[in-house]
Amino acid sequence: MTNKKQISGSRYVRSLRYALYCMSHPLDGFWDLTHEKRGSLAAANTILLLTLLARILKLPFTSFLFLQVNWEKINIFLYLASVLFPLALWCVGNWGLTTLFEGKGRLDQIYMATCYAMTPYPLIQLPLILLSNIVTQEEGQFYMVLGGFSLLWAALLILAAMMEIHEYRLGKTVLFTVGTLFAMLVMIFILLLFFSMISQGIAYFVSLGREIIFRM
Amino acid sequence: MGKRMKRLGTAAVCLLLAAGSPTTVRAEEGYTYNYSYWGEVQASPDAYRVSQVVTSSALGLDVNLKTPEGLFVSGDRIWLCDTGNSRILEIQAEDSGTLSLVRSIDSFHGPDKDEAFAAPTDVAVGEDGCLYVCDRDGQRIVKLDGEGNLLQEFTKPKDANFDQDLAFQPEKLAVDSAGRVYCVAVNVNKGLIKFEADGSFSGFVGAAKVTYDLADYLWKKIATSAQRGQMESFVPTEYDNLYMDEDGFIYTCTGNVTAADLDSGAADAVRRLNMMGNDILVRNGEWPVLGDLEWEEGGGYKGPSLMQDITAMENDIYAALDRVRGRLFVYDDQGRLLFAFGGNGSLDGHFKEPSALEHMGRNLLVLDALAGSLTVFTPTEYGTLIFDAMDQFQAGDYARSGETWEQVLELNGNYDLAYIGIGRALMRQGQYGEAMEYFRLKWDDENYSRAFKQYRKEWVEDHIFLIFGAAAVVLCVPLAAGKLRGIRREIDTAEIFQK
Repeated sequence: MTNKKQISGSRYVRSLRYALYCMSHPLDGFWDLTHEKRGSLAAANTILLLTLLARILKLPFTSFLFLQVNWEKINIFLYLASVLFPLALWCVGNWGLTTLFEGKGRLDQIYMATCYAMTPYPLIQLPLILLSNIVTQEEGQFYMVLGGFSLLWAALLILAAMMEIHEYRLGKTVLFTVGTLFAMLVMIFILLLFFSMISQGIAYFVSLGREIIFRM
Repeated sequence: MGKRMKRLGTAAVCLLLAAGSPTTVRAEEGYTYNYSYWGEVQASPDAYRVSQVVTSSALGLDVNLKTPEGLFVSGDRIWLCDTGNSRILEIQAEDSGTLSLVRSIDSFHGPDKDEAFAAPTDVAVGEDGCLYVCDRDGQRIVKLDGEGNLLQEFTKPKDANFDQDLAFQPEKLAVDSAGRVYCVAVNVNKGLIKFEADGSFSGFVGAAKVTYDLADYLWKKIATSAQRGQMESFVPTEYDNLYMDEDGFIYTCTGNVTAADLDSGAADAVRRLNMMGNDILVRNGEWPVLGDLEWEEGGGYKGPSLMQDITAMENDIYAALDRVRGRLFVYDDQGRLLFAFGGNGSLDGHFKEPSALEHMGRNLLVLDALAGSLTVFTPTEYGTLIFDAMDQFQAGDYARSGETWEQVLELNGNYDLAYIGIGRALMRQGQYGEAMEYFRLKWDDENYSRAFKQYRKEWVEDHIFLIFGAAAVVLCVPLAAGKLRGIRREIDTAEIFQK
């Protein structure tokens, strides 16, 4: 029993360490991630948590030269949703679209690969918090460039990840990435429509009830 | 006995009343305010209080002031344009602060006969003591000597640059040390009209730049002429007023601005022009120099502040007068709001139709065209401390400036500029760590960076051995570890032990 636990623990550590390999060898790495089952959902969740942690730690610990936080206006849940909500939309949108066009990735695999592709963000942003506190405004360019670099790297990794798990060519991947972004917009539109319809519907019955009470 | 008790009781009641009533007269809440880093209104102690409101009766005049529009101060003399009555009042400020009328000028000696003013709108006194008057309805600027003799007339420029169909109606003027006259005239939007000392027109100065984007331009190209007439035309804005400061730079202000233009930065409410007519106003504040930041409807007024007049005091501190909400905005040399105060209404310190702003030393004078009154503001202890602190800093007395800012902070703990002022004083004294803390609290990134650079330099110099030590450890430990591992492997694989 303990032996089995140790093995699963080491598998978790191995799959987490595999994220570093994916970062530097995206094409090979993301292929093996699903096809050789070298990734795990637990590791993907860890990377996502680290990303959220980096986002949160940024707020109080980045030097005010680069990030001015108005604490009265911060809602930590909305702030975290700014990562989680697009991520959920992306996974669902991508899965919905690629299943129709011979994409080999399943929903959990898309989620896992996307999380793995986010590795550069916490890896660069966390040390950047330290860096921001030892540079002046003029040297801030380093901070800006590195921050932008982490986002660009993650974006390229997501592209590579989608390419490998769906077994697509580059052109098709780019096409379906744009398609997914469009699908995300459509979903947001439908959600907004849905919520406004529901609230209008409720408002109708509420006013109907009020009228009846008023007449009685 | 009973009587005595009663008396004691009365005395106690009196004492209680005295203790309960405030010793100083408090102005209404929110009369003076400032904006925080985030653009939120922050109430502030009063920096200025009304010391007197002067009307015609106080000056001993029979006829009330009628739409007075122009004000000028030189030394302890005030010149006031009583536009509606076509006269100019010269007023003397006594040492005690009371204002007394010196003379009322309603006519002057022309070359042939005595002439009268026709709606004088502004007045200025040159270096030579001559009086320059904008005689608006007389369509000229007249230059008078001390005895009231007409010396010179500045009339409509006979120049192709000046629209000859337009009546020349000078509204506001300023005179420089060489006797050159700069004026703002009705319906002239090419800038300030500049006259040489000999009366010749020498061109326009500081025309506001015309800005429009490509979309506007394309729309104009495809629109019919009728549609084009409906659109706003691309014309530079007219100036509303001007003030020549002691360095010879001209502060201008304009209320001919739209909210959209102010928002996008296409229009400036306030400018400071050099001799070339270029805008050299320093805008280092967190917020642009445009008065109120909140433009939503409130109290029946909405939209941005529209600047009616401007005046520049010591150390490049300047004050602008908003005619929409009747407020005064005082800025420092960096374009940061020191404080704002005032309002519309009939209480003292409130205006019905503020028309002109001037300063005498640190006192501010505001002319009200509708009420026909001149309001004199004097700085409170709080306002005086702020001015003193800036003065001491400019004079290089950083330690005392810091102390003065500390006193300001005791009166108003929300005052951002006090924190920054203390920080700057500390930085000049080489206390970078403490200075950084003050700058960090009030989000002053530039000064923080400056202080931090020095702080970091000192830290590195103090800890140079530690840094080298750490670097050595970081470099040597893996090396040593690698070496050890190599030795161990050699031992492990040595043939002696293989057997």
